[in-house]
Amino acid sequence: MKTKLIIGPNLYNWDPEIWRDFYFKIADEAPVDEVVLGEVICSKRAPLFNGFFDEVVERLENSGKKIIFSTLAEITSNIDRRLLAKQVSQKNIFIEANDVAALLNINNTPHAIGSYMNVYNEEALEFFAKNGATNITLSPEIPKSAIAELNKTAKNLNIDLEIIIYGRIGLALSARCYHARAHKLTKDSCKFICDEDPDGMDLTTLEGREFLTINGIQTMSYTCLNLANEINDLQKIGIYKFRISPQSKGTIHASKVFRNLLDNKIDKSEAMVLLEKEKINAPFSNGFFHGLPGNEWRV
Amino acid sequence: MDKEQKPELICPAGTPASLRTAVDGGADAIYCGFVGPTNARNFPGLNFSLDEMAKSVLYAHDRGAKLLCAINSFPTAGRTDIWKKAIDDAISIGVDAVIIADIGMADYMSKKHTNARIHLSVQAGASSAESINFYCERFDIKRVVLPRILTVAEIKKVHDAIDCEIEAFIFGNIGMMAEGRCSLTNYVTGLSTNMDGVCSPANFVHYEEDENRNLTTRLGEFAIDCIGCGQNAGYPTICKGRYNATHRKGYYAFEEPISLNLTHLLPDLIDAGVTALKIEGRQRSKAYIKSVVSSFRSAIDAFAKGETPDISDLLALTEGHKQTEGAFLSKKWR
Repeated sequence: MKTKLIIGPNLYNWDPEIWRDFYFKIADEAPVDEVVLGEVICSKRAPLFNGFFDEVVERLENSGKKIIFSTLAEITSNIDRRLLAKQVSQKNIFIEANDVAALLNINNTPHAIGSYMNVYNEEALEFFAKNGATNITLSPEIPKSAIAELNKTAKNLNIDLEIIIYGRIGLALSARCYHARAHKLTKDSCKFICDEDPDGMDLTTLEGREFLTINGIQTMSYTCLNLANEINDLQKIGIYKFRISPQSKGTIHASKVFRNLLDNKIDKSEAMVLLEKEKINAPFSNGFFHGLPGNEWRV
Repeated sequence: MDKEQKPELICPAGTPASLRTAVDGGADAIYCGFVGPTNARNFPGLNFSLDEMAKSVLYAHDRGAKLLCAINSFPTAGRTDIWKKAIDDAISIGVDAVIIADIGMADYMSKKHTNARIHLSVQAGASSAESINFYCERFDIKRVVLPRILTVAEIKKVHDAIDCEIEAFIFGNIGMMAEGRCSLTNYVTGLSTNMDGVCSPANFVHYEEDENRNLTTRLGEFAIDCIGCGQNAGYPTICKGRYNATHRKGYYAFEEPISLNLTHLLPDLIDAGVTALKIEGRQRSKAYIKSVVSSFRSAIDAFAKGETPDISDLLALTEGHKQTEGAFLSKKWR
């Protein structure tokens, strides 16, 4: 099976023009097969990108990349519900559901399940498959042993499992906007200040140690997930779809490195050296995969 | 409020003794879980063996109370048999409902035990009418335990748009993160809230005092808070710690260590269509359960008679602790 690289949804509030140019570059330069678009974190941000959405879609399609439309990870307010309704009502697009709410009106149309949904076991996998899911991106906290078990079932059900291999890790969601809180604002009065932090806002302990990253209602890892050393293990399990999460630096670079690694043009130690060269200013982690604390790096 | 609207009072029990206390104190239903990873409060010394659960069902039923069995963690692949057995066991001893979070286990239970009541756990994180209706449609769930992220006004709208009962938390500890979707503990400890049923496990908690008697509370390697002399040191839960951000230093980045207390909102919640009012705290002592349950029992009974209840007992229970109406009062909380 040919390995596939996927650019996951952009989770941050980037300047719309930078956002557009990022995807233009993905279209032109990134050796990836699929790109996930659509606002996952905050319904207030979604309209900011409307002006460029169609041209981004067109450019990506013209470059031969498949487009997947992601839905919101948390549905609470009426704004969330209206955005979700709009996201799922479009015809002839392939949806990635990030909350059960998205499934209500999907009615067996083929779709994907995103990493914000809980798919931890064979029974959940089977339920989603029977409901029309053809692709499931697993939560990054699921360790190798469970990925292996899940993939046996996935193969029998003829659906694909996708693993996130690179980028900061989404750890939690809330109804409250922690970006707004840091500026003594609230979600409704946020002034979109999350746009100050293209890779999220650092949260350090009182002792000054880097700990977490705030991205609106989402809390993320400070570390950057990197499964370059584990790609072989994943391939042995039978995984062939790998997702990279966009960051302000090094995303296209990482896609090229992983493409070469998957094509056996470089080995994992060469990949590691290359990935270190161009990345956000945060250490790598791979603990979750090994059943260790997610912030840790196991050599 | 007329009689038919009188809501059920749902109380926690971590041990058979607490369960008897809650039943005797006037709880309409008790929720509890089996020993092991099948429930989301998998703490040492808590929870019920099968035999204890069976006896507790009899104890509750003999006194007109219900027992709701929480099987509300997310089994990882390769070990779902433990969860399925827990569901089968619970049904075989006659529990009144099983509280489920995992969609695979909801599917299993709805097919295997077609007449049994499924309550959707707060851990399922169903925060919208669309999500709840999906669970109703596919698994015929009879009740949803709502996440603690909706305002009363939003709860009313959800109530009007769904086909099942609503259970809402009114009192106790609150986590700030959407339940069933938080890997913060796993990020620090390697143990998962969803998969292992633990949040801030005690064996990873450390307290360190310096020469000036400042106390640093730690989860694993990470400092969660630092408390000066004389201040109360809270249990180090990541979402209740103090941190530094670029624009704000030493602040509660998520929420202050605070308890949920919706006493003042009870009439509004009932008017919004809430069927059952839930108290958090399966880890709490018998004495705590006794006073909380009896206080809420009198408060609800008074509201039902159209009287204004004396809530001083409830306020006294949280004396010295900060309390909040959390997300329930207004969108400004967000």
